[in-house]
Amino acid sequence: MPDKYQPPRVPAIDQISVEERAASFTTRSIKKEAKLAGLKLTARMIDLTTLEGSDTPGKVEMLCRKARQPGAGCPPVAAVCVYPTMVPIAKRELEGTGIKIAAVATYFPSGQASLSERLDEVRRTVEIGADEIDMVISRGQFLAGEFGKIYDEIAATVEACGPAHLKVILETGELQTLDNVRLASQIAIDAGAHFIKTSTGKVSPAATMPVTLVMLEAIRDHFVKTGKMVGMKPAGGIRTSKQALHYLVMVKETLGDAWLDPDWFRFGASALLNDVLMQLEKERTGRYHSDRYLSMS
Amino acid sequence: MSKPESSNVRDLLFGNLWDYSPAPESADHVTIKPRYGHFINNKFVDGENYFQTINPANEQVLSELATADAKAVDAAVQAARKAYDKYWRPMSGAERAKYIYRIARMIQEKARELAIVETMDGGKPIKESRDVDVPLAAAHFFYYAGWADKLDYAFPGSKPTSLGVVGQIIPWNFPLLMAAWKIAPALAAGNTVVLKPAESTPLTCMLLAEIIQEADLPPGVVNFVNGFGQTGAAIVNHPDIDKIAFTGSTDVGKIIQRSIAGSRKKLTLELGGKGANIIFDDAPIDQAVEGIVNGIYFNQGHVCCAGSRLLVQENIAETVIAKLKHRIATLRVGDPLDKNTDVGAINSREQLNRIREMVAVGEAEGATKHESRCVLPEKGFFFAPTFFTGVTPSHRIAQEEIFGPVLSVLTFRTPEEAIAKANNTPYGLGCGVWSDKGSKLFKVAGALQAGIVWGNTYNKFDPTSPFGGYKESGFGREGGVHGLLPYLEVR
Repeated sequence: MPDKYQPPRVPAIDQISVEERAASFTTRSIKKEAKLAGLKLTARMIDLTTLEGSDTPGKVEMLCRKARQPGAGCPPVAAVCVYPTMVPIAKRELEGTGIKIAAVATYFPSGQASLSERLDEVRRTVEIGADEIDMVISRGQFLAGEFGKIYDEIAATVEACGPAHLKVILETGELQTLDNVRLASQIAIDAGAHFIKTSTGKVSPAATMPVTLVMLEAIRDHFVKTGKMVGMKPAGGIRTSKQALHYLVMVKETLGDAWLDPDWFRFGASALLNDVLMQLEKERTGRYHSDRYLSMS
Repeated sequence: MSKPESSNVRDLLFGNLWDYSPAPESADHVTIKPRYGHFINNKFVDGENYFQTINPANEQVLSELATADAKAVDAAVQAARKAYDKYWRPMSGAERAKYIYRIARMIQEKARELAIVETMDGGKPIKESRDVDVPLAAAHFFYYAGWADKLDYAFPGSKPTSLGVVGQIIPWNFPLLMAAWKIAPALAAGNTVVLKPAESTPLTCMLLAEIIQEADLPPGVVNFVNGFGQTGAAIVNHPDIDKIAFTGSTDVGKIIQRSIAGSRKKLTLELGGKGANIIFDDAPIDQAVEGIVNGIYFNQGHVCCAGSRLLVQENIAETVIAKLKHRIATLRVGDPLDKNTDVGAINSREQLNRIREMVAVGEAEGATKHESRCVLPEKGFFFAPTFFTGVTPSHRIAQEEIFGPVLSVLTFRTPEEAIAKANNTPYGLGCGVWSDKGSKLFKVAGALQAGIVWGNTYNKFDPTSPFGGYKESGFGREGGVHGLLPYLEVR
């Protein structure tokens, strides 16, 4: 089967023009009511994340508490994103809140394990309560041109997810070219991904606006062709509200209103939430307060 | 690329779920004087009659300007002649450069003010005047300042000398930038200037006059006279002018060429256009769509090199048109001073009427009109971004320059047909070619009869790059080392 796989035909990408277009979204001036609404929407779209070797139950509890109650005037976030071992802790802490539990499975972040091991991990993780699985593709196989294997692994993971939603991490920092990003996006979408996601956060560069734009365009073209919506999650490197608002502008002007929703757009981030809180406070009082007033997470 | 089944095409909703709040640039700190006289010998001189200039976005009067008659023009030319003989010709290139650099720096220092006034007087969005017009104007002065003391090296083996007094007439679409394109090379080459801004957009030239005053240029080196066609004619026909540089319509260009025939005056003309933007099926499609938008909706389409004819390969036409429809739905049309406005006001009522007339012609001739569903402001001159499909070379909207946000979409099947169609016009100014295949791109670019061909981009300007036309788009080049030639006698 894999050798018969024909990779999808995707349009060529001109890197210079993509960078220009991505930069054009950053010149939008977002003030007053629009800024306030954008900040709250940003908070609602955050997958509050901790993916450290040093994560402990206590740290995940702290994160879940922050996810439920980030601060005055700030809505809860969309999801908490953790390693599979932490899913039971998160489940206990988030029961009944509507906040989703996302877990990085498939031997995150390297993806270097056999397919059956990776699928086993996905099944186990869903069984213990994950609502969403963030998988990584085998970049090595992609770069070696084994697109059929990539397709198969994603399709198998979608199946292994059962009721859980699957976010497919392309690790665009390792794919490097925008042509690769576009092709990988299309393969993931064709294989049934619910979301496509830029990065693990463990590779630099993580999410960038040009990369995200190319992925949004893949999502758009797929929707126009088939009527099927796919979600988008840039992850890593988005630390400020200003950056987040630039991304929202890009979503609004590329995919339209339907994607301005946590069901279809997420930020994979940890530091971003406190910057949103800081900005919300500034909108409320007219001045910035010290970050000593912000709870850590 | 698979072709979408038309019955299957889903519409994206670009509504106001998260609308941007108004973000108007404040004009509070900008000073526009209630009236401006002729600018001669570094002084504003009262005129006899005055005309008004308005803000096309709200039709309010901004200022009034002295109409220069033949007498005023003569005074300006005499001042320029005296300045040429007394100061500018004897001055070393290095000294001239200092003045030109000073102008460039002062444009940068007053960039914000210049951008706001440009937007108020002409209707273009502030993001364009701020990010394109004003920085490029400064860049032109910087660039040509660098040439002033290196003219002997610009054309090896020859001895370049200045011409004398040059008369320059500029259009209303890029007022300050066109003044920079004209004045900077003229001064660098050692000439003195009498310049007439367009009657609908004179104000940034008046601010430039103040900069020239403040930069302490020798009196008479740069003079401005305002007015309509008669003022322009007085410059063109003045016996003591050595060179005319004109940017504007092809009709007026022809009149100028006839009137100076038999005189010693040199001439450069930068006239109309009907640029072809050619999209091959192997092009980066989404970026090409950006290029289409930039080619025709930049500055409301008031661009002589606008990509007003889209030539798209037939097998991707449906995809490109669907994408273009989505894209123009996100263009924000309205208050030019709002930082989020993409398409501003049409420059004048006259131009708005001309655009409406041509769009009516397109509909009457059976082309299919598509327009963005934006809400236009009630006051002021606005026109929604529009494009026509089903256009063939025999449609008037494929032949005549509309000079507005109106695109004509034609299809082609082979590279040869694309080249033939692109060249099937009396004009030859700007063209674009979009293909991921370098060999095809360069082959097609080489076959296009146009002064500027962009590859996988459109409407990119740089002072180092020559700009000018083939055929009825004019002759002579502005920008780059080529741009010095029209202002020099090369012996």
